[in-house]
Amino acid sequence: MPVMDRLKAISGSAAIVGVAESDRFGRTPDRGPMELHAEAGRNALADAGIDKSEVDGVFTSGGYSTYDIAEYMGIAPHFTDSTSVGGSSFVIHIAHAMAAIEAGYCEVALITYGQTGRSDRARGALNLYGVTPGLPNAQYEAPFGIIGPPIAYSMAANRYMHQYGEDRTREAMANVAVSTRKWANMNEKAHFYDTPMTFDEYHDSRWISWPFHLLDCCLVTDGGAAVVITSAERAKSTRKGGVAILGAAEGHDHAILHQMPDLTRTWGRNTGPQALEMAGVTHSDLDMAMIYDSFTYTVLVTLESLGFCGPGESPDFVANQRTAPGGDFALNTNGGGLSYAHPGSYGIFTVLEAVRQLRGETGERQLDDCKLAMAHGTGGLLSSTGTVVLGRE
Amino acid sequence: MADGYNKPIPIPQPESDYYWEGAKAGELRLRHCDDCNQAYFYPRNICPECGNNNTSWIVASGKAKVHTFAIVHRPPHPGFMDDLPYVPAIVELEEGPRMATQLINVTPEPEAISIDMQVKVVFESITDEISLPKFEPA
Ligand SMILES: [Zn+2]
Repeated sequence: MPVMDRLKAISGSAAIVGVAESDRFGRTPDRGPMELHAEAGRNALADAGIDKSEVDGVFTSGGYSTYDIAEYMGIAPHFTDSTSVGGSSFVIHIAHAMAAIEAGYCEVALITYGQTGRSDRARGALNLYGVTPGLPNAQYEAPFGIIGPPIAYSMAANRYMHQYGEDRTREAMANVAVSTRKWANMNEKAHFYDTPMTFDEYHDSRWISWPFHLLDCCLVTDGGAAVVITSAERAKSTRKGGVAILGAAEGHDHAILHQMPDLTRTWGRNTGPQALEMAGVTHSDLDMAMIYDSFTYTVLVTLESLGFCGPGESPDFVANQRTAPGGDFALNTNGGGLSYAHPGSYGIFTVLEAVRQLRGETGERQLDDCKLAMAHGTGGLLSSTGTVVLGRE
Repeated sequence: MADGYNKPIPIPQPESDYYWEGAKAGELRLRHCDDCNQAYFYPRNICPECGNNNTSWIVASGKAKVHTFAIVHRPPHPGFMDDLPYVPAIVELEEGPRMATQLINVTPEPEAISIDMQVKVVFESITDEISLPKFEPA
């Protein structure tokens, strides 16, 4: 088990000092993923005011190892971490970076991400089926047509509906879809910036995998993102100062869907409480939460798992557009994977938005007096989670 | 191979060849830990509970209840195009473990299928070596 005394001792010892997307974002048919990694990495370093030559720790995931990305960017790091557990990986990298910096393995950590899920479809470059013969999925799920996240997550959502009520779950899924779109309508980088969504449009959208409508599912876009982390001490001399990493936790309890112990609880049940305790804060202290919304259901199950509400209570928690702009729980203020961007592994974008809200850089959608934020990634088939608590004085 | 079968086909591995031989012979074989005295899925030589190798095989009754399901309207793979809508499911076997499968001989509509409904295994031959354990209403 994590040793809380030691985690508390390093709470706040490192800070996020740079965040950025790639310049090309949304649809990039003429750009490959590595360029998006590198472009975002360059932008995040510029945001921090740190030269590339000072990067000595490199972190990545999503089809590339660190040596692929570091070679492309002309970086030779002393610390390397290609931890790859789906879309939560880039949130998990934050804990690893903090630990590495605290231990002395590196001083400036660069986490990069880039995928072209949208354009890969057009150019046939994507392994859409995710079937690797030697992995259990290839024998025990894929032959039955259980391939890819929409089907797996919809099966989990149906179990939730069975346990907690279909109609109220449906209404909650609609609330999440619509409220998230309202945030996207305030983010000019969002795929659906110019496109509102009504409840009728949600309910009328076509079935992908019942109980999921099209509008329960995240986007498929192109894009990159990067995060720069250094010690709290060194963060003081960076261009914008640091956003403190106060709590960080990670883990997983299965890989393939039918091995999930409880389809209505994710590993967030551990990472939420651990990250908060490490930070020395509680849920009610948070000014906002960024929760990986691969699907509307992912938000519901994650809110409960993280402890924002009890099992079966998330439909009440998100009722009446409570998580929309102006509501009293600020959730996924960038427009989320549902309406802002989702190139394949979205987790890093939860961190970008939390940092920007804490810095006061989000313009029209800026929250008042935002001091404490949670960012949470989920990876695989509700398999892995990473949670961070970030704060600014 | 059934003509035109273009869905993913399991490739038996060292720990699963006996499982797939069983399916071809019309038996749903489960791994059983003789130390924990319980069955588990999917087949592994090493018990995921206690970590021991004191494991054997049992033949499952084939009786199960639906743990969850979905109704797929957009194919995740070209091979499933002609099957739409189809019903992937997780079932809970009488012996305890859960496994992923597909429900057949059901109307692919939410009203026609219910979680906890009783189902039984049927084996669908897809190649000379492989039959898939699917489930239908008991
Ligand atoms: Zn055992």
